[in-house]
Amino acid sequence: MTAPVAPVAPVIAAATADGDAAVAAAPLVIETHGLGRRFGHLVAVAGVDLAVRRGEIFGVLGPNGAGKSTLIRMLCGILDPTAGDGRVVGYDIRTQPEQIKQRIGYMTQRFSLYEDLSVEENLTFYAGIYGVPRRVRAARVATVLADNGLVGRKKQIAGTLSGGWKQRVALASATIHQPPLLFLDEPTAGVDPVSRREFWAEIHRLAAGGTTVLVTTHYMDEAERCHRLCFIFGGRVLDVGRPDEIVDRAGLRAAEVEVDDAPAATAALADHPDVIGVEALGHRLRIVTRAVDPVALVTGVAGPPRRAAIARVSVEDAFVAMVRGQDAAGPVAA
Amino acid sequence: MSALGRIAVITRKELLQLRRDRMTIGMMVMLPLMQLLLFGYAIDTDVRHAPTVVYDADRTTASRDLARRLEATGFYDVIGAVDGYPAIAAAFRSGTARVGLVVPVGFGAGITAHRPVEVQLVVDGADAQTVASATQTAASVVAAWSAELRVTVLHDGVPEPVTLSTSTWYNPDLRTAVYVVPGLVGVILTMTMVMFTAMGIARERERGTLEQLIVSPVRSVELVIGKIVPYLAIGYVQMTIILVVGSLVFSVPFAGSWPLLYGLAALFIGGSLALGLFFSTLARTQQQAMQMSFFFLLPNLLLSGFMFPFEGMPRFAQHLGQVIPLTHFLRIIRGIVLRGATWRDLAPEVGWLAAIAGVLVVASALRFEKKLG
Repeated sequence: MTAPVAPVAPVIAAATADGDAAVAAAPLVIETHGLGRRFGHLVAVAGVDLAVRRGEIFGVLGPNGAGKSTLIRMLCGILDPTAGDGRVVGYDIRTQPEQIKQRIGYMTQRFSLYEDLSVEENLTFYAGIYGVPRRVRAARVATVLADNGLVGRKKQIAGTLSGGWKQRVALASATIHQPPLLFLDEPTAGVDPVSRREFWAEIHRLAAGGTTVLVTTHYMDEAERCHRLCFIFGGRVLDVGRPDEIVDRAGLRAAEVEVDDAPAATAALADHPDVIGVEALGHRLRIVTRAVDPVALVTGVAGPPRRAAIARVSVEDAFVAMVRGQDAAGPVAA
Repeated sequence: MSALGRIAVITRKELLQLRRDRMTIGMMVMLPLMQLLLFGYAIDTDVRHAPTVVYDADRTTASRDLARRLEATGFYDVIGAVDGYPAIAAAFRSGTARVGLVVPVGFGAGITAHRPVEVQLVVDGADAQTVASATQTAASVVAAWSAELRVTVLHDGVPEPVTLSTSTWYNPDLRTAVYVVPGLVGVILTMTMVMFTAMGIARERERGTLEQLIVSPVRSVELVIGKIVPYLAIGYVQMTIILVVGSLVFSVPFAGSWPLLYGLAALFIGGSLALGLFFSTLARTQQQAMQMSFFFLLPNLLLSGFMFPFEGMPRFAQHLGQVIPLTHFLRIIRGIVLRGATWRDLAPEVGWLAAIAGVLVVASALRFEKKLG
């Protein structure tokens, strides 16, 4: 029970290590220095330094209101920063927003489709908006229809599609002009698990082809699919790194235990200073602690558990620990 | 929980939602208030202060006395003297006068010589409501004066010393359709142009597609023009349909120049579209956009002179009406369609319309730009 907890599944570690060398040499697609934005007295984003390279899938995590949307809007060139500067796809976000807009794709959880137009009409519209030349427009639409498995549905009215299909059409629309950089703002909200997997497969395919992807999400399993993550809270970046690095740095340990009186044990553990979280998983309790051995802690509080097993510390645990830590430290100073 | 309890819960929730929806609350209060004011004050189908020109060929004390008596009724505002029928016609075409009083040479002399005399009232028939009131009032004034003269000045030999003959120009049959149909063009254009533009943009906002367009290379001016052009075309189609059907079914004549009308209509349609755009920056949903459009339609119907003669409204309502684009477009289209008005006749109305449209375009462009950024 004293063996250190393996922070990350070996498969994931290998996968990211593979891509590291290539990504490190790739040119920067997003680069910011001290980027910040105030709205009156409210500081929405402050002192953000980012360096995202070509072909990376870069996840931005943070609770609602953390400043994710403000950050994305500045990077898209539709909101002027009030502090710092940045370059996106090689252009200055303050002075060259038009050049940036032509070279980015943008997709939100709302899947902004014209619900009264067919799939094909939506794609043709966005192709025109993004200046895809008229003579290649039809061919380009055909390509993204095929890439996203939409050929059989091209005549269907977008409003009649299910969430997963709308998401595919939205991604196809956002990539119709083959942008080198893709912004995805909670792209899988409200989509079923199978569609989400397919969606992420497509994202990885795009990234392998050299597209850089910046994605925000609340799903921690999705966060672990990113090459690198950025935790943002109260408008500030708390940590940036590969998912395994972030989990390592958090210094957490986790276990799953079965105890006799789960509610009493939960109540007793919840307020313990070393405990980051206790949650019920059916009959078991999952407990995450900072540094101390979780099983020993349970034994001390609720007696020896009937069963105990070391669990993997997830990105979600690291995220919760970081948010709790910030809350305990009080409001973030401007 | 009892049914009543559940109802109370729902009512409470509705009130909470309503309290947060300032727009709807504002309209709920303003709508009845405006209706009350407009119907209570503005609508008075008795026409007063009809702008009147006097063609006094006689220039005697008697002729001036008659003009004074007419003006004393409060019905006629003598706005000037003219020197002939063409000048009366010009005043009608430009809309500056609705009534002309013609006193022939020998009027004063005839009264002195105890001969029966006649005066003439010329009325712009394009506005049938004005005609009826105008002729009745003048007829009674003249009849009263005639009776007075018979008693005080003349002997019984002359049965009716002064008589009034009336002449109605431009719509001699006084058919309402002739007056209403061109006006309908303006009302329907207002309705569709304002509402469709406002709702069109609000729909994009509601669906999130506006956000998608904001991050695209499309400029806001391109977006606005792209959305407006189809409606501009629709506006012209609507106008054509109404005028053609009006001509075929109601035999509404077309006295003036088609190119002039279609050219000037662009000002009106443009102004209405700009207003719709302005509404769209205020409305968050399509429903709000529709409410605002209806809210705007009401003063248009009541204050523009579409339903009730403009001259019949009290001064403050006329001032309000003056800033409504429809007021000026109605004068233009009625002038062109019914009286054959020319560019020169309509210059003041065109000036007003252009100024209002210009303000609307600039205001909505500024607001739209700000809202998108």
